[in-house]
Amino acid sequence: MSYEEVIFYVVAVPTVVGAIGVVTARNVVHSALFLILSLLAVAGVFILLAAEFLAIVQVLIYGGAVTILVLFAMMLTRVRDMPAAMDGPQRPFAALAAGIFMGVSILSVVSTEWPGESEEIHVISMEEIGSALFTTWAVPFEVASLVLMVALIGAIILARGEEGE
Amino acid sequence: MIPINHFLVLAAILFSLGIYGVLARRSAVLILMSVELMLQAVSINFIAFAVYLSPEAFTGLIFAVFVITIAAAEVGLALAIILRLYRNKATANVDEADTLKW
Repeated sequence: MSYEEVIFYVVAVPTVVGAIGVVTARNVVHSALFLILSLLAVAGVFILLAAEFLAIVQVLIYGGAVTILVLFAMMLTRVRDMPAAMDGPQRPFAALAAGIFMGVSILSVVSTEWPGESEEIHVISMEEIGSALFTTWAVPFEVASLVLMVALIGAIILARGEEGE
Repeated sequence: MIPINHFLVLAAILFSLGIYGVLARRSAVLILMSVELMLQAVSINFIAFAVYLSPEAFTGLIFAVFVITIAAAEVGLALAIILRLYRNKATANVDEADTLKW
């Protein structure tokens, strides 16, 4: 096993452990903390793929903003006071569906020959990403900005409530 | 260099756990967290393919940037909807929001 594979397992195991914690923890706050572990470990996977920019964005947006928002939602909706809020009666079917999906996708990944696999990893610099975003991908970039703005306005209006409430 | 299979299998496991969470959990906040896990799996796949199979074009990397952008918008909006649900129904469980169920 090469040292790269060792590093891969060092980041992959926390990712999977965190994900299992998110979907099985009995306490919702523990779920959120497991989510932070998983998301930060995924940032490590991104670094291993030589995508530093994505790793930084991952830590800032997921490790920071998203988990804080989720914790706020838990506080505001008092999920913790509802022990019945955890799993529904459909749990065995959920496990069956997820298990079948995992089996099929892992089998298909393992049995496929991936073409043109390069020997050396090609580091994609931030300059390249930036210039591609503002030239080739300028229109999707603007649309994404619009989506963000609409989502923000929608979230404010939804959370504010109606007049005189 | 690590074979690409490693990353794809990791993403498959992460996505399956997300599926399990979405189907098994009742609280909307927990379902949202499971959806985040699935989006992470997709991002890993996109970046792995970009780095391994087409490092000159790196389209997958750009897609991962957009996935993160849309995920941020989705979380903000979904949490506003969950708050609204909680205010109207005093619950954040998806199976109790059954006004449209006949």
